Amino acid sequence: MFWRHEITGVDSVTLHFGERIDIQLVERIHRAAEALRYRLAGRLIDTVPSYTTLLLRYDLLHDDLSSLMASVADTLADLPDAASESTDSDTIEIPVFYHPSVGPDLSTIATRVGLSIEQVIEQHSRETYNVFAIGFAPGFAYLGQVPETLSTPRQATPRPKVPAGTLGIADTQTAIYPLQSPGGWNLIGRTPLTLFDPHRDQPSLLEAGQRVRFRPIGQEEYLKLGGQFDDGDTQ
Amino acid sequence: MSKQVGFVFSKPGFLSLLQDAGRRGVMHMGLTSGGAMDRHAWAWANRLVGNRYASAALEITFGRVEFTCELNTWIAVTGAHAPCFINGRPQSLWTALPVRAGDTVTLGAPSTGIRSYLAVAGGFQIETGPGGSCANFVREGLGGVRGDGHPLKEGDRLPCPTGLPPIKNRKVPESWQPDYKEELTLAVLTGAQIDRFPARVLHTFFTNPYTLSPQADRMGARLKGPGLEVHGTSLISEGTSLGAIQVPPDGQPIILLNDRQTIGGYPKLGAVTPRSLDALAQRPPGSRLRFRATPLHEAQLEERRFLQFFCGLSL
Repeated sequence: MFWRHEITGVDSVTLHFGERIDIQLVERIHRAAEALRYRLAGRLIDTVPSYTTLLLRYDLLHDDLSSLMASVADTLADLPDAASESTDSDTIEIPVFYHPSVGPDLSTIATRVGLSIEQVIEQHSRETYNVFAIGFAPGFAYLGQVPETLSTPRQATPRPKVPAGTLGIADTQTAIYPLQSPGGWNLIGRTPLTLFDPHRDQPSLLEAGQRVRFRPIGQEEYLKLGGQFDDGDTQ
Repeated sequence: MSKQVGFVFSKPGFLSLLQDAGRRGVMHMGLTSGGAMDRHAWAWANRLVGNRYASAALEITFGRVEFTCELNTWIAVTGAHAPCFINGRPQSLWTALPVRAGDTVTLGAPSTGIRSYLAVAGGFQIETGPGGSCANFVREGLGGVRGDGHPLKEGDRLPCPTGLPPIKNRKVPESWQPDYKEELTLAVLTGAQIDRFPARVLHTFFTNPYTLSPQADRMGARLKGPGLEVHGTSLISEGTSLGAIQVPPDGQPIILLNDRQTIGGYPKLGAVTPRSLDALAQRPPGSRLRFRATPLHEAQLEERRFLQFFCGLSL
């Protein structure tokens, strides 16, 4: 596994694995992060994987950069470059109620790209997405790639309030807002699942390097699974 | 089960947040680290009342807090220079103070510095959340008194431990108490992305004063000053380190602080050292700041000394 490092803080270092966004790289970084968290447990305070990099924060009281980097090099040397064959069980399925009532930009996107709403839903839910990175907010997963035909730029003015669970598109990325927050993505539906719950053993449903599929559901199933409507929704 | 006793706040102040040493091991989930902004004052408040380094204390921004004690215990108030009273009698800051059940403690508006730290013997008894911390995040709706991210509000009770052995009469010598009026020069570790800035831009940054803008909070400190031109503005988002100086397309630098987003895509000039951030946390909007480059070994030495002093380790 090839990488270089740069010092990004008194107690942090960023490993660079490549220069371009590609899914093999994201998976490799995910495996590197998991291996380091496991092998260097107790030495690393935090690990932040992203598209091409992995930030490590270490404990200055008990470690120094050169011995840490030696251990990092040992751990990463043992990792194969090629990903192991992924299986369907690695893919997380997320039910989504694609509907203008909870996805107010669905019809705008359909008009913009010259498709029916049904075709937009069909195209968006046909893909298997990869979690490229987690950030912006707790459990917020940047998923790619949205089919080029559906690529839509961010809203010029972000909405002040996007309800938790809402699914959106920005350019060729798609994501679910885990918590209610302001947001500029184009909203197309909502999941009844909780993407982030601090009281769960695994607070974040998604992690970088995982795969995701969206399963379209109707209003009845959405409500049965605990889905809710928000004051701002146009039912 | 005995009734929980503590401090009941009749005035919660403008922004009062429970803070400890921050979270560990959660940034890969998009959760930020948080923790006390001025660790120096926070760590002293805890040490004065005999607490271990990571204990939760109340970070009070802009003072104006009043509470009544429901137990006999010890407190310490450090940080911003603000008048402190127990039942109307003036008290020293940076000092362990005995309080008795029924006492009213008042903290006025600070004259210098902006953040005060209130610690109680044994630490406030608050359940920890993700990352083993009770650090209060308004934006994430996590941590704090009830674990829901709300800052302290009127009528809140901060539970305190009872039945502790008495505490020594301790005070931080005046010569050790920082002067928050001094013009601040922040130490910067220059980063690899410094290549994206032409030499004359770096000269501008390291030789001119910058002003702390009113848009400075626990997420980041926005600065105003000579604009910094960057080669190639967009970068693939990567993990953000504490103190990173990011330069957005408008050329006005932003220092990323404790409650920063975990990843970001603006080019970074380098990172302000944690000890400089402690001092920055006491500067109000409008303060003048300067920057100087520092080598890694010096910054690490300074940080290790700080941690060793407060964590009580001898290396």
